[in-house]
Order: sequence, then structure tokens, then C-alpha cells
Amino acid sequence: MKELIIISGKGGTGKTSMTAAIASLASRSGTAVFADCDVDAADLHLLFNPKVQEKREFISGHVARIDPLKCISTGQDGGCADCAALCRFDAISLSGAAGCVVEEGSCEGCGVCVRFCPAHAIDFPDRRCGEQYVSNTRFGVLVHAALDIRAENSGKLVTSVRKDAKRIAGEKNADWIIVDGSPGTGCPVIASITGADAALVVTEPTVSGLHDLERVASLAKHLGVRFFVAVNKADINPAQSDEIRSWCGRNSVPFLGTMPWDPSVTRAQIAGKSIIEYNPSCPASLAAASLWDALVAELQ
Amino acid sequence: MRIAVASGKGGTGKTTVAVSLALSAPGRAALLDCDVEEPNAALFLKLNGIEESAVTVPVPVIDESACTSCGECARFCEFNAIVHIGTTVMVFPELCHSCGGCALVCPVDAIREEPVAIGTLACASVSRAGESPLRIIQGLLSIGNAMSPPVIRAVKDRSAAEQEAGAVDVFEIIDSPPGTSCPMGTAVTGADYVVLVTEPTPFGLHDLDLAVKTVRKMGIPFGVIVNRSDSGDDRVVRYCGQEGIDLLLQIPEDRRIAEGYSRGQPLVESAPEYRSVFSALAVRMKTSARPASGGVQ
Repeated sequence: MKELIIISGKGGTGKTSMTAAIASLASRSGTAVFADCDVDAADLHLLFNPKVQEKREFISGHVARIDPLKCISTGQDGGCADCAALCRFDAISLSGAAGCVVEEGSCEGCGVCVRFCPAHAIDFPDRRCGEQYVSNTRFGVLVHAALDIRAENSGKLVTSVRKDAKRIAGEKNADWIIVDGSPGTGCPVIASITGADAALVVTEPTVSGLHDLERVASLAKHLGVRFFVAVNKADINPAQSDEIRSWCGRNSVPFLGTMPWDPSVTRAQIAGKSIIEYNPSCPASLAAASLWDALVAELQ
Repeated sequence: MRIAVASGKGGTGKTTVAVSLALSAPGRAALLDCDVEEPNAALFLKLNGIEESAVTVPVPVIDESACTSCGECARFCEFNAIVHIGTTVMVFPELCHSCGGCALVCPVDAIREEPVAIGTLACASVSRAGESPLRIIQGLLSIGNAMSPPVIRAVKDRSAAEQEAGAVDVFEIIDSPPGTSCPMGTAVTGADYVVLVTEPTPFGLHDLDLAVKTVRKMGIPFGVIVNRSDSGDDRVVRYCGQEGIDLLLQIPEDRRIAEGYSRGQPLVESAPEYRSVFSALAVRMKTSARPASGGVQ
């Protein structure tokens, strides 16, 4: 069993469309389990049409909640505001008659205000951060999640999604775990790629695409994760695409190939299908299939 | 006056819009690149006089000669950044949120906090034809660091500190990280108006809806720009109509813009007719922003 994560550094390069194409290809020749770890802006379900089998709340960490009946603040400057003074996340403000109030979206759940409130007016309940699902799809099982609006702990939710996917893949003796990752280099990306067998970085032939590739490549190296590069919409700027290929050469990064700009990709998305399902012989599908073959050859 | 340019989905054109607004806004303007995991705005601008400084966060250091190994700090830490085994106390700085709690709860004052670098701030200026120079402040999260919010806060603090010196109101434009979780929330907090950039596709609409819910919850007025507006279907325009959302601008797909973007050329240079459009948009945002309207859409 191999776990492959599709990431990009830069957003909008075609990660999710690529993941769906790979889903079509991988599920043809073997068993695959899928995970959407872009929990901030999860879109894979729009193409997978999942039938939810299991749903559970994702609880992680705590959040401070001030009991207005116990709070001794007058809500004005000059009264008690110990919690607000100690909070390093600017999550507590004085709010007139209500006394001190926590802005939950900014609270990181450190517990400092809870410990040091002189009136013991602050509760510290578990924090619900979102929901996690296990679903059946036409490609195989999909583990996915939805982070609540303004919730924290996306990295921990990613870890939880990957853990479920790994367990299910073990039970099914699957050949692949295919994971749709998130953009950037921070918390959710680190949680997505750490310990994976390989990452496929989908980039685009733009100055931003190369810049962001360089950063996410450094991260993968830092974490010791093997990775491969593919350039999507390569014909938008062939010179920049060549530049990315030669950057890969100079940095001993395996360059897997390119995909052309193809309007069928957007049409497939509108139809709720992978590009392979939508039109298996369009240029993007042919390119995706040869990228997948090249990946399989590298990883097996 | 602070405008945040955000989007649920990545790659919809946030940086394109932020840079275009910054180059076209009349009067004093500053561009704050808060997409600190992948800051790209500077790739489109010619920077003069770049100054760099480190962004640090306080992380605990244990004075072993004073530590009695009572374990109170490790029990208090919600992030498992301090581990207490037997008589050893270990700090894992990469897990630390810098809340300062461990130093406060230590009964023998054996914990002090020391700054650790997690990123870089770069400040520079960019000349603009017929306008005062644009100030740019960029945050960059160091590779391997998970937490971008402190770097985002540092960018905003730096801009605020620079403004106290001058009395003229600066038009600040924030290039926000994608998504809707902590980095985006940190970037958008305190903005007077939010521009949500999207594309007319199922992914674009789904992530726009998440961003709309987020911004509504934060109580900030907002409007939508549809980029590559003829590349998909009309679902985003219909959604904005149903939701009563201000549709600020639709930018049709244009080979000139895409090619210019790929080379690092701003939209208002590859398609100069947009300069007056963005300039008018900046003025319009000033009037629909929080202080003027006093309400939320």
C-alpha cells in the first residue's frame, strides 16, 4: 500500500482535478481509498458525489467561555480585565454590560485566562472544530471533513482524516491511499505530507507557480518526503514550463511531465466528473494518464 | 482604511486583484502580503530599498538550576509543547503557541521566554506613475514552521506602526491567505471591507460560500469579484443575486492577462484599460466600508 499526496504550494493549479483524474485511473486497476485533506476548502466531494456512511464530530482542544454572571468586569476601562491583558491572541475584549467577551475565532485555547481569572468566571469546554465523514463513492471509500466556520486545528483534523483513511485502507488491503492536500506550506500541509510515501506537486508555468514550488519542495525535503513535479496548463507559457523543468533538473527533483490547458477540465468539473470520465481522449485526460503511469512506475 | 482581498479557493486571482488595487488606488497606499506561506505579490512589483527583519515569537527556556521538576508547566500546556518525564522537562518549540502560560504557572520562576525566529518581514517601496509610491510589507513563514498567524500579525503591526508617524489615512490592501481557517481569519480581522475573489465554477462557488459565511460571521462588509468570468457558468452570479451580495467586477478570460501573469506582469499593465476600473473600485470600497455604512450585508 502506498500513500500519495497531491499538493501544489500555490492554490488553484489543479490539485483537485488531478486527484479526481488519478481516482479514475487508480480505481480501474486496483483498490484505492481517498482522503480530502484540504479541510479548509474541501472540494473533492463535488466530483466524488459521496454517500455518507459514518459521520462524527471532530473535537479538538478547548475554547475559553466567560460566564457573564460571574465576570466581575464592569466592561469599562479601569475595572478588572486580567483575562484580556494576559491573552496574547487579542481574543478577549471589554464589551460594556456583558463584561469581558471571548471572540472564539481568535481564541487558541491556551487556558491562561481560565487559570488566572480572579473570579473563576471562565469555563474551558471541549471545542468542536468540524465534522468528519467516511463515504462510499464510485471510486472507492472517501474520508473527508468540513471544518466549522472560523474553527481552529485544521492540522489536527488533517491528521485525523489521514488516520481514518489509513485504517480503512488496511482493512481493505488497498493498493493506494490517494490524498488531496491543501495549498501553502503551513500547518495543514505539514500534517498532510509528513510520513507519506510520496507527494505529487502540481504547479503551473507562472512566476508564482515556480516560487511556490520552490517553497513546498524545501518543505518536502525538510520533512524527508519523496516528491515529483507535474506542470499543469504548461502551454500557457512554454518558456516558464521549461524553466520549471530545468529547475527540477538542477535540484535533482524528478519532473514527471506536463498537462496542457484544456477547457474540458472546467466542463468536467461543472458536470461533476473527473476529466477521465468526462472525456477519456481529450488532451488533459491523455496527459493525466501518462503522468499516472509514470508515477506508478516510480513508486512500484 | 483597510481592505482585505480574500477567497476560499486558492488560485482565483487574489494577488492579481490586490496588486491591481494597490497600483491604482489614489493617494497613499500600502500593500500587505499576508499570504505568508506563499507570498507572491512582490513577484509582480519592482521593489526599491528592501529592508528585512526577523519575525520572532517568545518560546520558553527552562532554567534547569532553578527547575524543581514539579511538572506544572507540562500539565498546563494545552499544546504538548512541554513534556515532563521523571526529572526531565523538555520543550518542543515547534508546538508552542507562545501563550506565556508556562512561565506564569511555574511556582519557582524557572521559565523565561526567548525570541525564536519563525519568519521574515520585508518592507520596500514601489514607484507608481502619477501617484505617491506604494509601500509594500511582506511576511514570509520560514519553511518547516506550521503557524502562520504570528507572521501575519507582524505584517499588520508593522504597517500600523509605520502609520502612526504620518497623519494621512493610508489605503491598506491585504493579500490574504486562501481558505477560511486561522490564517485567513487572522489576515482579515480588523479589515473595513473584504473583497472575495472567485471563479465561476463548482469549486469556486463552494469555497466562495464558505468565505461568505466566514466574513458574515466576522461582521465585515464585503463584495465579490468573479475572475475568468466567462470560463465556467453563471452559478456565482446567480448566488450573489440570491444572497444580495455586491458584485463588484467581472473579469473575462483574456490571454493577455494570463500570459502577463505567467511572466510576473500585473493585470493593470498587461490590460491597461483596467487601471481606471480598479481606481474606481478603490474609491467605491472606501464608501461601502464599515465606518461609512455602519452595517453588515
